[in-house]
Amino acid sequence: MTDWTSGSSFGRRKSAWQRAVSRDSVLRTIDWPLLIAVAALVALGSLLVWSATRQRMIDDGLDPQTFLKRHLVNAVIGLVLAAAAALVDYRALRAYAPVLYGLSVVGLLAVLSPLGSTINGAHSWIVLPAGFQVQPAEFAKVALVVGMAMILAEERDGEQAPRHTDVVLVLALAALPMGLILLQPDLGTMLVLTAIILGVLTIAAAPTRWIVGLLLAGAIVAVGATQLGVLEDYQLDRFTAFTDPTADIRGAGYNTNQARIAIGSGSWTGTGLFEGTQTSGRFIPEQQTDFVFTVAGEELGLAGAGAVIGLLGLVMWRGLRIARRSNDVFGRLVAAGIVSWFAFQSFVNIGMTLGIMPVTGLPLPFVSYGGSAMFANLLAVGLLQNVHMRSAEREHR
Amino acid sequence: MSERSVPRLLVLQVLVVAILATLLGRLWFLQIYDGDTYAQQAATNRVRDVVTPAPRGEIVDSRGRPLITNRTALVVSVNRSVLRLEPDDGAAVLARLAPVISMDPGVLVRTITPCGEPLPDGRRARAQEDGCWIGSPYQPIPVATYDAGDEAGRAAVLRIQENLEDYPGVTADFEAVRDYPRGTLAAHALGYLGPIARGEVGTPGYQGVQETALIGRSGVEQSYEQELRGVDGIEQLLVDKDGNVTGTASTTAPRAGDELVLSIDAEVQALAERELKAAIEAARTRPYYSPEPGLPPTNVADTGSVVVMEAKTGRIVALASFPSYDPAEFTGGIGEDRYAALTAEENGAPLLFRATQGGYAPASTFKVISAAATVMNGQTTFDTVSECPARFGPTNQQNFEGRGSSAVSLRRAIVQSCDTNFYKFAYDAWLADGGNRPVAEPKDPMINMALAFGLGAKTGVDLPGESGGLIPTRDWRTGYWEALKDDFCAGAVNPAFTPERRAGNQEACTDGYRFVGGAATNFAIGQGETLVTPLQLASVYGTIANGGTIMRPTVARGVLSADGTRRTEIAPTAMGTVPVDPEVLAQLRDALRGVTSEPGGTGFGTFGDLPLAVAGKTGTGQVTGKQDTSWFASFAPYDDPELVVVAMVSQGGTGSATAAPLVRKVYEGIFGLTGQPALLPGGTLPATLPVVRPDGTIAPPAPPAPPAPPAGP
Repeated sequence: MTDWTSGSSFGRRKSAWQRAVSRDSVLRTIDWPLLIAVAALVALGSLLVWSATRQRMIDDGLDPQTFLKRHLVNAVIGLVLAAAAALVDYRALRAYAPVLYGLSVVGLLAVLSPLGSTINGAHSWIVLPAGFQVQPAEFAKVALVVGMAMILAEERDGEQAPRHTDVVLVLALAALPMGLILLQPDLGTMLVLTAIILGVLTIAAAPTRWIVGLLLAGAIVAVGATQLGVLEDYQLDRFTAFTDPTADIRGAGYNTNQARIAIGSGSWTGTGLFEGTQTSGRFIPEQQTDFVFTVAGEELGLAGAGAVIGLLGLVMWRGLRIARRSNDVFGRLVAAGIVSWFAFQSFVNIGMTLGIMPVTGLPLPFVSYGGSAMFANLLAVGLLQNVHMRSAEREHR
Repeated sequence: MSERSVPRLLVLQVLVVAILATLLGRLWFLQIYDGDTYAQQAATNRVRDVVTPAPRGEIVDSRGRPLITNRTALVVSVNRSVLRLEPDDGAAVLARLAPVISMDPGVLVRTITPCGEPLPDGRRARAQEDGCWIGSPYQPIPVATYDAGDEAGRAAVLRIQENLEDYPGVTADFEAVRDYPRGTLAAHALGYLGPIARGEVGTPGYQGVQETALIGRSGVEQSYEQELRGVDGIEQLLVDKDGNVTGTASTTAPRAGDELVLSIDAEVQALAERELKAAIEAARTRPYYSPEPGLPPTNVADTGSVVVMEAKTGRIVALASFPSYDPAEFTGGIGEDRYAALTAEENGAPLLFRATQGGYAPASTFKVISAAATVMNGQTTFDTVSECPARFGPTNQQNFEGRGSSAVSLRRAIVQSCDTNFYKFAYDAWLADGGNRPVAEPKDPMINMALAFGLGAKTGVDLPGESGGLIPTRDWRTGYWEALKDDFCAGAVNPAFTPERRAGNQEACTDGYRFVGGAATNFAIGQGETLVTPLQLASVYGTIANGGTIMRPTVARGVLSADGTRRTEIAPTAMGTVPVDPEVLAQLRDALRGVTSEPGGTGFGTFGDLPLAVAGKTGTGQVTGKQDTSWFASFAPYDDPELVVVAMVSQGGTGSATAAPLVRKVYEGIFGLTGQPALLPGGTLPATLPVVRPDGTIAPPAPPAPPAPPAGP
């Protein structure tokens, strides 16, 4: 029951600051394991990004900590965003959902306008002055999670499963940003959004045939895209390189081959930070972004790379726990959508560096260099905390 | 919570666990289970391709005498990726290096800046102005090239090598560069090398070619690029993180380019070039035979060409062009100003290959085609007598120099080169085609005969950039008129023009598309719009000499692999036959023999006493605003023609005065008629290819050419 206009609820409402410091609230109700896991990932990511870019900066005669500094600035901004998302009134989130959705659609439209820029074959960026770039597709992930949760939670806090019309409405909601992202084209983000849709619908208890039907449709689209030439050549090359890693060692298969060599050479404990020959030799393109996991693999070995996977697992476990313990549908769906997002994106990213997934150009959550992704990921963590605190508040009452 | 949500959350949990387990399992597999393999690969990961350029094939003449070889040169190179590690980006190193290699420091910086990258002044380097580096930025960039024996070069290299710590990134290595042991000999036919353009790398014909490679840019260096180039060797060096070579991953040895054997005989080529130059210099001292106001009183004799070709095979023995150039100028790159000088009209455009790229009015040498066409058209026979007046009435055209003679046979008209009776044959044929109101399908016997001999089209010689000349067919005339009609019509009313010029433009404006009687008669004596190259004319006379088969002219005789195991002959190719009866060709040859052997023949004065039966035809081509073009086209020996010799001197006066004596000199040298040994005994090339000796040098063809039969009587 979201009776947020009722006097009793409104009367007890306090300012964010008051809530943060008051004895009976936030710091006590925060999900500390989640916060620690995310902080550890961000810290680890900073070291990996530093290591990945250090030698290149030195070779170019630049400050070797250029990327480290920018990455830390991104993390700090992201943490502020996360705090804001965690502390904003939980019920106001539903009101913000349409705004978030609208903003992300506008951002995606701007990308396709002359404001947008093409990087690595995808027209996904808006280049701002002073060297900043924004990737609106990252924020679309947050918007989709919240938007879907809003629609599916509407009128259904009374424990009902969504009707077919709700599912259709949700799919229609998702179709607009997905269509815009398809035009970029950004295959990786498309797949993440698909994972979010499936995850949210599953947990929303949508009819099983919808889930199965969507999975089937996705498979048919994927097969059709590879067969009918809808995909760009570079995307097809990446898939070919995936199915046959030896096909083009110097071309499309170069990245994955070099990534496997870097990770494979790491053994138990790796070469030590900054000591990886593959990393400092700059054999792996995009190493600070999509292939940042290779730095962990080479320089920190199974221990460090396993820790990254373990920390991501911790984040997902806490996310699932928050979903399970949420007392309302909206919170549960938000948490489920975010877990689906992180789980899928982590699997595709790490899987691609390990050679078990094709190269799709997705960053590793919390670890890869990149402002937009960092902001979106930490925003999502803030939302998880928000849901957690809401549930905790209720228990507390 | 909905009753379905709980099991579904469980599904999500299971999925997450499965994902994490998969990733960890795969990580363990890569790092631990398969770790040794990857550790090894990583240790030896830095593979660097080092290209060993394939030695380019050498080019020899038909007897195996070298025309282009390779020599070793000392090349000083700068490696930018090492320079950039210097605190000042290597500025100090370059400042030290510039005086050692006697180079301006600014030029040195521009030379090693990759095109498109910023120069010290902030401007982006451009290939044209800055001579910037067009190759890969990681490849060492050559900045100075010295002969192996060059003392100054050795001193420079020694200074660099003994103070290597002062010159990081600078290397001095031996490299092979093109050498021309015979200097400028056959420069046009051989061609030169130039850097491959960026857009050409990887295109068909240039696959696997390095960005810094030199490729043939003219002559046989260009047309036989594939054979000459070979395949570069690639050594894959394994280099560790600090750049130390730890081993070799794979080595592909370079495969040397093939040796190209030309049909050109170096000595005959030298003779042709020498005599062409002498004839031109001599002509320049003689007064022009038909002084005209506005033209110099002596022969200008600015350019010329000599073609010597085997009549039966089309193989080219010599191909001279004046003025010429030194292909060595292109070694190590040619400056923009020098290239401009080599193509400038006021210098006679030395790069232009007159033999295949120059178009000239063939004048009376064309009468062999007019005669064959007229006889095959049934208009006359070689013995039928017709008038040779001083002036041809219907078109009001004069005979050569306005002199008429008594009525003569067609044979005699060729011998003494009467124009007016050819006018009549052409005019009659033109009338039969309907005159100014042409029939639907005019026969145009002379035009079609010219086309049948291959004129107006490229001969297909194995040299790049050949010109096809021009035969003004009715279609060409229409197209030309349509393209220029507006200009003509504007000229007809241009007040700046003289009244005569306006009248001419008016005529061209209204009637330019018409094939008028005057054009038909002019065509019969090889004047008007008609253009032929000296090689095309040699092909025509070769066809007449060999009994009617058009042979594709070729400069290359065969290809030998560098180790001598593979020997590929380039066989003569018949392109077709001409629609002329063998008896008619025989009568034509007889008439051409008369030119040089009968009193009154235009070549009699030059060839009358030569102990070799030469048959040929003079030509004196009129060119508007210039002196006449001197031609002589011939073959010999008359009984069994082996060789065709054609000479052309632009602005050289009459054919009999300049070109004919030049051709005689060439025959004298080839057949040894003045006491010296014959350069080409019997006038034939060796029957087989030269042999590559085990040491890689080339021996003359085996068995040696047959001993010279005594030439002439």
